[in-house]
Amino acid sequence: MTASPARLPRRRGNPVAGRVLLGAAGVVLLVVIWELYKALGPASGVVIGDLTVLPRTTDIAMPHVWDMIATLFEPASGGRKGDPVWLVVAQAAAFTLGVAAVGWIVGVVVGMLLAVLMQRFRTAESAVLPWIILSQTVPLIAIAPLVRRWGSQISVGDFSWENWMSVAVIASYLAFFPVSIGALRGLNSPDANHVELFRSYGAGWWRTLVTLRLPASVPYLLPALRLAAANAVIGTVVAEVSIGLKGGIGRMILEYAQQASSDPARTWAPIFGAIAVGLVAAGFIALLGVLLRRYRRGEVPA
Amino acid sequence: MSDTTADVPTAVPAVLVEGVDKVFDTKKGTVTALEQIDLTVAPGEFVSLIGPSGCGKSTLLRLIADLDTPTTGSLTVFGKTARQARIDQEYGIAFQQAGLLPWRDVSANIELPLELHGVGKAARAARSAELLALVGLSDFADSYPDQLSGGMQQRVAIARSLAESPRLLLMDEPFGALDEMTRERMQTELVRITAETGAAVVFVTHSIPEAVYLSNRVVVMSPRPGRIRDITTVSLGSAAERTEQLREDEAFFENVSIVRELLHGETPVGIRGVENR
Ligand SMILES: Nc1ncnc2c1ncn2[C@@H]1O[C@H](COP(=O)(O)OP(=O)(O)OP(=O)(O)O)[C@@H](O)[C@H]1O
Ligand SMILES: [Mg+2]
Repeated sequence: MTASPARLPRRRGNPVAGRVLLGAAGVVLLVVIWELYKALGPASGVVIGDLTVLPRTTDIAMPHVWDMIATLFEPASGGRKGDPVWLVVAQAAAFTLGVAAVGWIVGVVVGMLLAVLMQRFRTAESAVLPWIILSQTVPLIAIAPLVRRWGSQISVGDFSWENWMSVAVIASYLAFFPVSIGALRGLNSPDANHVELFRSYGAGWWRTLVTLRLPASVPYLLPALRLAAANAVIGTVVAEVSIGLKGGIGRMILEYAQQASSDPARTWAPIFGAIAVGLVAAGFIALLGVLLRRYRRGEVPA
Repeated sequence: MSDTTADVPTAVPAVLVEGVDKVFDTKKGTVTALEQIDLTVAPGEFVSLIGPSGCGKSTLLRLIADLDTPTTGSLTVFGKTARQARIDQEYGIAFQQAGLLPWRDVSANIELPLELHGVGKAARAARSAELLALVGLSDFADSYPDQLSGGMQQRVAIARSLAESPRLLLMDEPFGALDEMTRERMQTELVRITAETGAAVVFVTHSIPEAVYLSNRVVVMSPRPGRIRDITTVSLGSAAERTEQLREDEAFFENVSIVRELLHGETPVGIRGVENR
């Protein structure tokens, strides 16, 4: 159980800079491959039999990377006049990020509550767990209209259901799953020794939960939260399309794709936006991991 | 502080076990882990439980700690039911694994029981500083368990078990995972600590010399079903007299032989001198 003292310091310091450099090198490599293939590959793409293995290298299928970047600074067609594309995309990305964040928070809260319930009552685990797993087999396209219809029937006083809430609900529907599974494993992770120690102290269920089970669950919870964040972002983008919510990246991808013939490079702008949303979400979880590093001491480096 | 021996008939016994059976229901049928156990531990007395694996030592300790309940018989701790004694924090406990919480530094680990029972911050800090000095780890108050050696972790666990100044310590092979050198040093420290605190101890071990060195009495158990085969009184003097030299002493070896005879043979047929294993 005695950990090597080298384990922790290895996570900090210089390696961070090294990883940033590696990440940047990866992006550069991707750009180089893209442009090399575009320059050298056949215009009609590589086709084996009837199967297209590699895409066409025309400007419509594969615009130049510099065209993609240049188009970001041209004025956008929609929105306020004169706003450059990157600003419009950034606004849409912020909107999507906000909705995804709401969905993530709701999903995390629901997932945690379910996990605590299942930890507390054995019967709840056998009754609820199969449904949690089944819930994820329902395709997103099936639940989106349902959520929208149910939501539209809710209006209490001044409160009325809005489309963005439906999107957030769908995001949370995808986000709660990894959290409930990961948190349940984490809450059950303390060994009998620790549980009995708390019993010997006469600590009740609640004190044991707060002082032992929750801190012990952090190493299991963090990957679950990361997965939940990715699910929430994807869920938001897809649900924006299927529910028809305006203002976010999902709709923008559709709109720009329709103009692809006139400006193929522009199609990529909202895709960059979606990537940015994912990066911000991943960064947030990484930050959370740093804040909670005290609880990750027992963690085996992955 | 040398009155740690037994023979105080008027006092309420620290542990009183009368006619206790423990039967486990398993899928393959019932397992009688303990049968007809009678045991009295006086306040301040050091009692070791020794016996082959599976003879129910841990089970007996867990019954005293109210981590499990006897099937029949009665069991009291300082005149209270085991359950009440647990709730009143009459005992401190330490296991073979140190069982420290990895996210708490050493002093926070020692303060854990105090924190759970609502002791104020200043009082907690004072107590953990005191205990750290007692186990000789004052320089490591801010270290985390993964930065400590196994022996140091075990010392922290012992300090934690002492945090609420219990009158009874329950220890299940606390030195089992340590090397021989560390083990002997820890034994010497434990004798000193229990002498200073005046706590009674029920100590589970597999090591005959360890049992003899530490105890006022050694309880020898036999397996299937778990029974007390014999109880022998070790007369090696008070804690102050139990120094490192004692391990070389003739009286020490005699007692080791007695316990070994009890463990191996049916009844000891006199001391056959010091045998080698
Ligand atoms: N929870 C349990 N369920 C079923 N059987 C058990 C349980 N706990 C202990 N036993 C049985 O009771 C007997 C005594 O076990 P116990 O752990 O008390 O032995 P021990 O003397 O501490 O052994 P060791 O020296 O190996 O630690 C064993 O036969 C074991 O299989
Ligand atoms: Mg045992």
